[in-house]
Amino acid sequence: MLNYTLRRLMFSVPVLLFISFIIFLILDLAPSDPTGNLPLTIPPEVREKIRTSLGLDAPMWVRYLLWCKQFFINEPLNIWDQWRGTCSFNCEDRLRVVSYVTRSPVVDLIVERMPQTLWVVGMSYVVGILIAIPIGVISAYKQYSVFDQAGTFISMVGFSVPPFFSGVLVIVIFSVQLGWFPSIYDTTLEVVDWETFKMQVKQMIMPVMVLALQTTAQISRFMRASMLDNLNQDYVRTARAKGLKESVVLLVHVLRNSLIPVVTVIALGVPAVFGGAIITEQVFKVNGIGQLLIIGIQGGDAPLVQTLTFIFAVMIVFANLIADILYGILDPRIRYD
Amino acid sequence: MPDGASKVLDVQNLNTIFQTRSGEIHAVNNVSFDLEEGELLGVVGESGSGKSVTMMSLIRLLPSPPAEIRAGKVMFDGLDLLKIDDDKLRDIRGARIGFIFQDPMTSLNPVFTVGFQLREPLMRHMGLNKKQANKRAAELLEMVGIPAASARLKDYPHQFSGGMRQRVMIAIALACDPEVLIADEPTTALDVTIQAQILELIKELRQKLGMAIIWITHDLGVIAGIADRVMVMYGGQVVEEAPVRELFKNPQHPYTKALLKTVPHVRGERAERLEVIEGQPPILGGAPTACPFRERCPVAIDICARENPALHVTGPRHAAACHLVAPAREEAHV
Repeated sequence: MLNYTLRRLMFSVPVLLFISFIIFLILDLAPSDPTGNLPLTIPPEVREKIRTSLGLDAPMWVRYLLWCKQFFINEPLNIWDQWRGTCSFNCEDRLRVVSYVTRSPVVDLIVERMPQTLWVVGMSYVVGILIAIPIGVISAYKQYSVFDQAGTFISMVGFSVPPFFSGVLVIVIFSVQLGWFPSIYDTTLEVVDWETFKMQVKQMIMPVMVLALQTTAQISRFMRASMLDNLNQDYVRTARAKGLKESVVLLVHVLRNSLIPVVTVIALGVPAVFGGAIITEQVFKVNGIGQLLIIGIQGGDAPLVQTLTFIFAVMIVFANLIADILYGILDPRIRYD
Repeated sequence: MPDGASKVLDVQNLNTIFQTRSGEIHAVNNVSFDLEEGELLGVVGESGSGKSVTMMSLIRLLPSPPAEIRAGKVMFDGLDLLKIDDDKLRDIRGARIGFIFQDPMTSLNPVFTVGFQLREPLMRHMGLNKKQANKRAAELLEMVGIPAASARLKDYPHQFSGGMRQRVMIAIALACDPEVLIADEPTTALDVTIQAQILELIKELRQKLGMAIIWITHDLGVIAGIADRVMVMYGGQVVEEAPVRELFKNPQHPYTKALLKTVPHVRGERAERLEVIEGQPPILGGAPTACPFRERCPVAIDICARENPALHVTGPRHAAACHLVAPAREEAHV
């Protein structure tokens, strides 16, 4: 298993380098101009100077290699220095990946945005899974019952209703009509005592609800299908013939087998959590990663978009690896040698 | 077996149906039989004759829906297994009535160790703790002839061969010293040499432990070698019942006769074609109103299409359900 993991990790290096190059290529080919959002009164020659100062006059491959150097060498060094409080390899001159628009290091921007995204999107993922698994189990066990039909209906709603609709709908109901929750997520809120904690929970409920509906819809379907596959297996009959209680048969024998494919699906969904929820974050004004990406795209901020997209790619590659490893751990029949 | 031995299992008028989209399937029709202490009852019949469904109905192992036990009585130690509540039934399943299934490849849970699966009934029924259960599990594995038993408890089912897995299944079924062992085609999925080994094992364990066994198979050769008494099923009914020698020597029902003819002879003429029973087994659409075998029966008469024959005693402990062996038909059909 360790061997396999190391092999996979080594193989992911060229894969990721290739991905980073493709992302750079696509961004470079896209007709976008970082000075496009500047006031029209700025004369063209000044715009040209701004572009030159951003390094846009250099050829594509030079800019790509520069980004590689900044991202793969300078940024890790910077993290190291910040962590240890040292200054290695003349840190004053070190160039970091810097946003065109804000002129601040992209990694710092991401670090700033990460907590909101993790709180809201991550929490919604956890909540969604926690709701989905019992729903899937019961739906499968009581197939075609009223509960199952209701579960199917809710999943259908979760799959088909887009968050820009459900988000606005819950704002209308819970903020405008009932006045229970704030419609805007306040990032400046610091949780220091019980009151602020309650505020934080209140402002999280609606975005989490909207996002969890989608997760629940997906995972509960997977769970139900997987349970149904296993419920008719011979080993379930054996377990019953041993005189085991129905709860043991279901929650030990069937569930363990059914979770194997579902866990891999869940692991593959984790990168999406870090990617943020672009639309839902917009609706609730959560200034998370998703929103950062949108701003970057709109402003033609190539280093920001390049770095963010590349981080997503890293997450996806690693989530795949983790899913495969988990599969091997959960299913004793799978051996990677 | 000595006559007059007490019955451990007494099944009366068992009826099981399956609800399907195209209507009810009457899989078991008025099946009655009993099992004496220490006896080995062979149940034969072709696929779809209701052998397995009958035995699964006994301890309510069929998924419901679609299966439904319409009527009948299954007396076991003074209890009607069809009436008692689920908790009581679960105390009997796996403890006093053991089950072995056909396919050892799929009958064990792939993600749990063999030790875990063996410990389960021991801890559930005998109240052993994990350590005691482990010890007993190792003894059981040894008893069914698995070498290096205590080391193999940590192995997963896929690390065992088919024959070894069936041995594990037998160990699980016998874990709590059951009075009755129901073996549902335990050798069908195994190759012939392994089949012989499993048969020998069962014979040996029977001598040692003295449980009564119901052995479901469609292999008459196996029956001849192991059974005390045989029950032949067709179309969800018992068509003939007799001690094993009597059945092979003196079959009464046309189906049994035909079945015995289909067995290929090792020493017979090579040129001879294999005997077959023409036609298909019946589709058990409604409650039977005629003999289920009449369409394939070489000696069918008019009445076979009008009336379903009841079991008629033709000799000592020998009964057959055929109009030809009961010409008088004084007893009304149930």
